[in-house]
Formats: sequence, structure tokens, C-alpha cells
Amino acid sequence: MNQRKQLVVVGHGMVGHRFVQAAIERGLTETHDITILGEEPRPAYDRVALTSFFERGAEALSFLPGGAYDDPRVSLRLGAEVVAISPRQRVITLADGKDLHYDELVLATGAYPFVPPVPGKDLRGVFVYRTIEDLEAIRAASKKAKVGAVIGGGLLGLEAANALHQLGLETHVVELAPRLMAVQIDDAAGSTLNRHIETLGLTVHTGAMTEAVLGKDKVTGLALKDRNPLDVDLVVFSAGIRPRDALARAADLEIAERGGVLVDEHCRTSDEHIWAIGECAAPGGRMYGLVAPGYTMAEVVVDALLGGEAGAFTGADMSTKLKLLGVDVASFGDAFAADEDALEVVYADAVAGIYKKLVVKELASGGYELLGGILVGDASSYGVLRPLVGSGIELPDNPEELILPAARGGVSTGSTSAMLPDDAQVCSCNNVTKADIVAAVSDGGSCDSASCVTACTKAGSTCGSCKTVVKKIVEDHFAASGKVVDKSLCEHFEMTRQELFEVVAVHGYNRFDDIVEGHGKGRGCDICKPAVASILASLLNHHVLDGANATLQDTNDAYLANLQKNGTYSVVPRIPGGEITPDKLIVIGEVARDYGLYTKITGGQRIDLFGARMEDLPAIWKRLVDAGMESGHAYGKSLRTVKSCVGSTWCRYGVQDSVGLAIELELRYRGLRSPHKLKGGVSGCARECAEARGKDFGVIATERGWNLYVGGNGGAVPAHAQLLAGDLTREELIRYLDRFLMYYIRTADRLQRTSTWLDEIGGLERVREVVVDDSLGLGDELEASMDRHVDSYFDEWRATIEDPAKLARFVSFVNAPGTPDPHITFREERGQIRADLVDGPVSLGASIPVGAP
Amino acid sequence: MTTVCPLDRIARESGVAALVDGEAVAVFRTYDDEVFALSNFDPFGRASVLSRGIVGTRGDDEVPFVASPLLKQRFDLRTGACLDDPAVVVPTWEAWVSDGMVVVGARRETIAS
Ligand code: SRM
Ligand SMILES: Cc1cc2nc3c(=O)[nH]c(=O)nc-3n(C[C@H](O)[C@H](O)[C@H](O)COP(=O)(O)OP(=O)(O)OC[C@H]3O[C@@H](n4cnc5c(N)ncnc54)[C@H](O)[C@@H]3O)c2cc1C
Ligand code: SF4
Ligand code: FES
Repeated sequence: MNQRKQLVVVGHGMVGHRFVQAAIERGLTETHDITILGEEPRPAYDRVALTSFFERGAEALSFLPGGAYDDPRVSLRLGAEVVAISPRQRVITLADGKDLHYDELVLATGAYPFVPPVPGKDLRGVFVYRTIEDLEAIRAASKKAKVGAVIGGGLLGLEAANALHQLGLETHVVELAPRLMAVQIDDAAGSTLNRHIETLGLTVHTGAMTEAVLGKDKVTGLALKDRNPLDVDLVVFSAGIRPRDALARAADLEIAERGGVLVDEHCRTSDEHIWAIGECAAPGGRMYGLVAPGYTMAEVVVDALLGGEAGAFTGADMSTKLKLLGVDVASFGDAFAADEDALEVVYADAVAGIYKKLVVKELASGGYELLGGILVGDASSYGVLRPLVGSGIELPDNPEELILPAARGGVSTGSTSAMLPDDAQVCSCNNVTKADIVAAVSDGGSCDSASCVTACTKAGSTCGSCKTVVKKIVEDHFAASGKVVDKSLCEHFEMTRQELFEVVAVHGYNRFDDIVEGHGKGRGCDICKPAVASILASLLNHHVLDGANATLQDTNDAYLANLQKNGTYSVVPRIPGGEITPDKLIVIGEVARDYGLYTKITGGQRIDLFGARMEDLPAIWKRLVDAGMESGHAYGKSLRTVKSCVGSTWCRYGVQDSVGLAIELELRYRGLRSPHKLKGGVSGCARECAEARGKDFGVIATERGWNLYVGGNGGAVPAHAQLLAGDLTREELIRYLDRFLMYYIRTADRLQRTSTWLDEIGGLERVREVVVDDSLGLGDELEASMDRHVDSYFDEWRATIEDPAKLARFVSFVNAPGTPDPHITFREERGQIRADLVDGPVSLGASIPVGAP
Repeated sequence: MTTVCPLDRIARESGVAALVDGEAVAVFRTYDDEVFALSNFDPFGRASVLSRGIVGTRGDDEVPFVASPLLKQRFDLRTGACLDDPAVVVPTWEAWVSDGMVVVGARRETIAS
């Protein structure tokens, strides 16, 4: 009876994926082999964040970028549609005709967008909004379209409408009900929302019934009942969703009255070996169009299959928050005051476009508890209010204070984190309570920051609306337990790099000695010395080997080259933007040949020469400098390269001169010392051949100018750069980049790349405020310090070979400059040298004549 | 006994490599002008590089050390002992300043590394 069981999952969407994850984590794969069949061409992705596909691309949304689970007992098949279930044989049939046996079957087929049967619904130019393919098609069609209409003014419809608007279309929203988001909000909130949506530039038609989509083979208009038709050339239907229960129907499983596979509280269907979870399921006869209930169902089924104490699905929180830039709408709990004892507390400010309603109920004690609410125009308190629903805690004496603006006597909802009881559910998407969060950061827990809590508990990782509360709880916990997060640079400086930067700037220090005497202790170490060296270099832009500063530099900076494993160095001349003349290429080749160096094309579009002895470096540099080249700073925590694609000068797709801009940026920021290395990229069109979004700053050409992305990273923890500002002129681009880079240099921690810095400093929004909106009024100052850097740039190699005092260090032995270091050895491989190591110290013997000092 | 170079040739808190009886020796000068001599060979990275490391102090008693430029292990300048792995000790030599010149003397007896 040791047979492994076959578990088959139909549908690799959000819930199917979560189910498999939970199954692996909780050991179900010890007894079951899992096969997942997904009809879409790609692995599961974050559908909740679908709209950000336009900005971030498919890769960023993927839950499983590699396309495979770590567990070998799980196999995922994509592009595999299941067309039939035979419960009696326990077999499913795939679209290609093949059959697959199962012991247990889990349906996670989700839902499909409902398209009302109006004439013209199949015309070219009509879309739905559910998958990445839908969005790709909409984007392609939007290029030729001018006016779009979204049919349906619910949560999804508004998201889709905003997306059309951002794609540059004049956009209409057509809603049958008398108000927008009719399911979630009341009339007063609806009219406030209407005004917000119209200020975004969208036209709203409520109470409007679509009679037909007009056009011959392509959309040309929309016929509305009792109204003038609209001239539109693109239509998106967002008129609700329906559970994908067709497979179950055909297999004679029980179906709920209003659709959805009927399941019990353990999510078991009318067949004991078939389960249904997510949007295709209808526990107790009701389907749920949100991801959180689906996640709970996934856990419940894993429980049941593990055979232990089975969990149960007993209904779900239907709270929602609209994810539109600039429009805050939230609805939670008993928003319509359905409870017969409910009382409503309303605050409305039509001028400011704010409407807030709390639904409360009097307790026996005379106090009030929160049942639900609606927030429009300012939903900042959503994160704190939502968990109060059903928590049983008594509200403050005057509940209106929770929704009044602070200036009118309202309490800052920030302080209410302490008000939440331990079992309050803070993250509804992932069912994480306040106690879970506190446990993660307490002594027994493993987290020391809110971002770590999000990674470990998943709180905040789905819709993100609970993030501020998670952060607040973590901070309050640290404050209450008197824990100061140790941010000391090292044992010599009890301050962060940012603080040290300010200290050095304010006092105008230019020597390590003064800094450590005034603000540190001891004589420093290999952590604080390079940090001080980098700060001094950013502020003063002097030669890093000037005077005593030479002894502060990290290995590579100390010799203006990269140390290799056998004690030799590599030399990388700058090749701005990757563009190089044949003459310079020939010189590089000749230098490599004459000094016996190994050559390799780097990942940064330039050429690395390896195996140079320290004493040969100046002569190698001289040859390169004489040929018009300079240091590429491959050794520094400073600008490395600005990678380019060939762009409009040659490429048939290019819309701007990407090489020209890459060279200009590389020359502008060359030599700029920073907390960690900096890399840039410029692509000539959206095909992105320069991989600019993998860089600290990436620029992508558009028809109208340049899009600027920031915070990308390759390396150990890859991140895609995010759009800071779009369609910029060259001047705007450089202004924002100057500010961005200087802001980073001033405030980042030591060895912190822009990607992690961005998260820590408050995310893209915060950086946009400072860099684009100039909210701190720092813009001029940041630009001026970048100008100083650009004006004072010089080539470090040239300055070194021209200064005998600096050259004196470049000898093998102080007392025997002519004797090469005998430890340095090489082997040959593929016609070139490679580094070799020796086993112990090598002695030349006492007989070797030694030069006089 | 080998006269290596004038003291001024070694910047404060840095090192130079010298040949002493055919062996590569790293000679360091600390902030208060003491000199120390260690084998230049880094037993972790197996390359002759210690003279190129950063010199600093550790702790309240200010133990002078050099951090290897390869993988940053720290060695006590006085004893050659690795501060990150006490089992590893690099050989040391007597060293002093005489008439402004740095002199390296006999190799000290150390516990084998
Ligand atoms: C030479 C090169 C590999 C190659 O043969 O292609 C290289 C070699 C080194 N990389 Fe790199 N990286 C090279 C391109 C990259 C790239 C690709 C790119 O730039 O497009 C990346 C990923 C992109 C990125 O940085 O985001 C890359 C990510 C790293 C990282 C990881 C950084 C991170 O944020 O996780 C390190 C480690 C570090 O810096 O702490 C690193 C560190 C190093 C060091 C400095 C390791 C070391 O301390 O010795 C290597 C120095 C070699 C030398 O002596 O020159 N290298 N390295 C490439 C030089 C590019 C150039 O022309 O300057
Ligand atoms: C634009 C948008 C915004 C949203 N915003 C939110 C939000 O803010 N908050 C929230 O909670 N929810 C939101 N949702 C809803 C959320 O995305 C869904 O609740 C969630 O995706 C449901 O997960 P699921 O796995 O049940 O279905 P899905 O994610 O749709 O996955 C079902 C998968 O099954 C596949 N499939 C179907 N039939 C078959 C078959 N016969 N054979 C093989 N494979 C099959 C489908 O192709 C699909 O990949 C949003 C949805 C959209 C479209
Ligand atoms: S990114 Fe565009 S312009 Fe640049 S090489 Fe690729 S296709 Fe051509
Ligand atoms: S509530 Fe959606 S991520 Fe926490």
C-alpha cells in the first residue's frame, strides 16, 4: 500500500498556484504526485495586479518565472486545456485527446468575463479584461484607436477604463446602474466617485444601457438606449464575471443556482474525489470574486487531503479597495448598513471630494462597534478600520473622530495600531493577524523589518492595501519594546552612512583622521574607511589616491584596477555606451598581446584585460591613455557602464538615438562615487535590447521622448526598474537623473544598490515626490552638486601616471622593484592564460641579489 | 637583518611588500608609527597580497590589524593571528625603526598555522 497518489489540478491561476505552494510547504507531496494543467500559455501570475502589466510587463507579474516548482514531484503543464472529466473512471481528457488518471482532482478554473448578448459583441475591436493576452491585444489595438468605451462601471471596469485612458484614448465608462461601483458603495459615495473619475479625464454615463456595438467588421460606435450613440473604435466589456463551471456541469457535478461548482465547507464537490476552489467554486451556493477567499479554500483542501483536522470555509470578508492612481475608494464590512441595529456616521466634504461613512452598532455597554464603512476621496484609514470590523472592540467615545480630518478634531489613524486586538486580521488577502506580525518581529521571530515581515508572512504581498498598517505595527512594536534597530556603520561609528554623510558635509571634513576623532572611536577598519573614502570622493571629487586617502580605499580603488585571485589585476578601459573605433580596439589588442593579458568581453559591453602585475599597471594605462582611452572605473563603487542598444541610427525599429544618449550619460556620470556601483542602460525602443530596466537607471525611447526607469538590479536579487517619469525631453531626463543619483548618494546605506534603497526610503512614490515634484525643495541643490561633479571630473589613470608620488606605490617589492613576485603563476587554457594559485609562500632563496633600498 | 626602506616610504596605516631573505614580507606602519612585519602570503586566498590590505584597529584595546584585500579576513599585526579564525596564524618577523629606516630582523617562532 505504498502507492503514491495522483493529484491533478485543473487551472494554473492565482488560486491553483497557491494550492500547489501550500501542498508543497505542508508536505502533501510526500504522499502525492501533483500534475497541474493550465490553459494559459504562461505560469500563474498576479491577476490582481493585472493593470500594472502595461507598466511592469509580464515578467514582473509572474508567480513562477522559471516555469517549474522546486519540488520534483510536482509537474506543471502549460497550454494544456482540460475538456472533460469522467468521475467514474477518475480520468480527465485534455484538448489534445490524451487522458490522465487521477486519485484526487482539484478544479481551480477561475471565472470568465461575462459579455451580454448584444449585437456586435464579436466585432473586431471588442475586448475583455482578464488575462495578459487580453491586455496585449488591447494595447496593440489602442495604437490605432482614438476613443474607447468600457461597459461596466464596477471595480474592474474602472480599472480597465483608467488603463485605456493611460494608453492615450479618450475614454467613456458606460454603467447600467444609477451609480459607479454599485455593489460596493451607496449613492452619495457614487456621486463623489463620479466627480473623481471625471477629473481623471474620463466620461461617465450612468443608468445607460448598451443596446448594440455598431460597425461592419470593426467597431465604429456604441448604441445606448434612449441616448445618442457614442463614436468609439475600441470597446472593453467588464460587465461582471461568471464561474467557469462548464467542465463540472458536463460531468454532472452539482452546480449552484447562480452558477459555480457547489461545494461543502471543505470545498468538496458532489463527487468525493473532486474538489473546487477559487472563483469557479460556490461554497454554500455563493461564488466569491476576490482572491482572498480562494486562498482560504486552497488551504482548506490541502488540510482535507492531508487527512488531519480539516479546516472549513465559512464565508469571507468582501472588503475592497479600488486601485486607481489618485482615486481612493474603499468599501468594507456591512457597507450598506444591512444589520437592523446599524447606525451610520457620515462625513462629507463635497468641495474636497471626500465622503466617508462608518456603519456602527451600539453595544450593551453603551459604546459602539464597527460593522463596516465606505471611504471615497481619502481611504488612508482603510488599513486600520477594516481589521476593526468583527474584532469586537469598542470604538472611541466619539466614533466620528475616526473619519474627521485631523484638523477638525479627528485622531490620526496611525495611532490606532495599538487599538487593534491581537487576533484582528490585518491582511485579508493572506489571512495574517496582528499577532502573526508581532510574532515575526518578536524575540522568537526572524524578522527585523516590515519588508521582511511581508516576505515571511505574505502580509501585504497581494493587493498591498494593508502595507501601511503592517509597517506601523512593526514600528510600534519596536518602539514599545525599546528596541533600537542597530544601524551603526561598524564598531567605530555609531551612525548610519547617511548620517555620516551629513556630518562630513556639514563640517566640511576632508580627512579621515578628523572624522574619526570627532565622531568615532579607534582607528577605523575595512568597513568604515572605504565608506568615508566614498563619501569624501562624492563630496570633493578629488583623486582617490591623494595623500592619506589612499590608505582608506578598498582594494580595487587602491590600485585603480580589480584584484584577481592570484594577486594580479584586471584593467577595463571605458568604452562609453559600448561604442568603440577600430583604432582603439587595435590598441587594446596590442596592449593585451604585449603584456600577455587574458582578454574577455564583459557583460557590460566592454573589454576586460586580466592578469596584469601591479607594477605593470602604470605602463599599461599609459598606452591606453595615449590612445585616447581612460579608466572605466570597473573597480570603483561608482558609475560602471551605460549600456546601449544600436538604436535609431541603424536599427529599423529605433525611434531615438540610444547610443548617443548612452554615451552622453556615461560621460556625464563617469567617475561619480556612490554607495554601491551604478549602472545605466538606454534602449532605442520598447523592444529593450539594452536591458535598461535591469539597471539602476534605465532609459527607453518613445515616439515623444524618453521614459526614465529607476531602481533596477541584476545580480543576486534581480529587480525591474520602475517608471519614474515618461516622455521626457533630454533636458528633463538629465535634470531628473541628476537629482535621483545625488539623492541616492546622500541617503543610501553603504553597499546598498538603488533597488533596495528605493524600497527603504519609501518606494517609487516617495522618490518621485522628491525628484520630479521637488517636494523637499532640494532639486536645485542636488543639480548643483551634480554640476560640480561633472565640472571637476578628471581621469584617475592619467592623473596617476603623471604624479611620481602616486607611482611610487606600484612596485612588486619596495626594496627590490625589479624582482617580480614569484607567487604569481598562470596556466594556459584555450590559447590564453588563466590565474593559478600556489600552495604556500614561495621563497626565492637568500642568494637572489636584492636591490639597495 | 634587512633594511627595507625609509619609514616615510610607508604611509601611516598602510603596508608595503619587501623581499627579506628571498621571502615576501608585508611591512606595516600604524598610526602611532610602530612597524610590524608579517608574511605577505594570505593563507585563505593563497596569494601574496597582505601588504595591500586596509589597516585599522579592533575593540577598545585597539588591536592593530590588516584586513586581507582578497576575502577580508583580519590578522593581528602583532602576532599574525587571524582575528576571524584563531586556528590560522601567519608568520611574523621582528621589525623596528632605526635612524629613520625600517629594519626587518629574524623570523619569529610561531605556532604552526
Ligand atoms: C567582468 C565582469 C564579468 C564578465 O566577465 O562579464 C564582472 C566581474 C565582477 N563582478 Fe560583476 N561583472 C560584470 C558584470 C556584471 C553584471 C552585468 C551588467 O553590468 O550588465 C552584473 C549584474 C547587473 C547588476 O550589477 O545589477 C554584475 C553583478 C555583480 C554583483 C552583484 C551586485 C548585486 O547588486 O547583487 C557583484 C558583487 C558586488 O558588487 O557586491 C559583482 C562583482 C564583480 C566583481 C567586482 C567581483 C570582485 O569583487 O572581484 C568582478 C570583478 C572582475 C574584474 O576583476 O574585473 N558583479 N556584474 C563584468 C564587468 C562589466 C563591466 O564591463 O564593467
Ligand atoms: C483586472 C483585475 C483586477 C482584480 N483586482 C482584484 C483585487 O484588487 N482584489 C481581489 O481580491 N481580486 C481581484 N481580482 C480578482 C482575482 O484576480 C481573482 O479572484 C483570482 O484571480 C481568482 O483566482 P482563480 O485561481 O480562482 O482564477 P484565475 O486566476 O482566473 O485562474 C484560473 C485559471 O484556470 C485556467 N483554466 C480555466 N479552465 C481551464 C481548463 N479547462 N483547463 C485548463 N486550465 C483552465 C484559466 O486559464 C486560468 O489561468 C481582479 C481581477 C482582475 C481581472
Ligand atoms: S531596443 Fe529597439 S532600437 Fe534598440 S536595437 Fe532593440 S529593436 Fe532596435
Ligand atoms: S490585504 Fe491585500 S495584501 Fe494584505
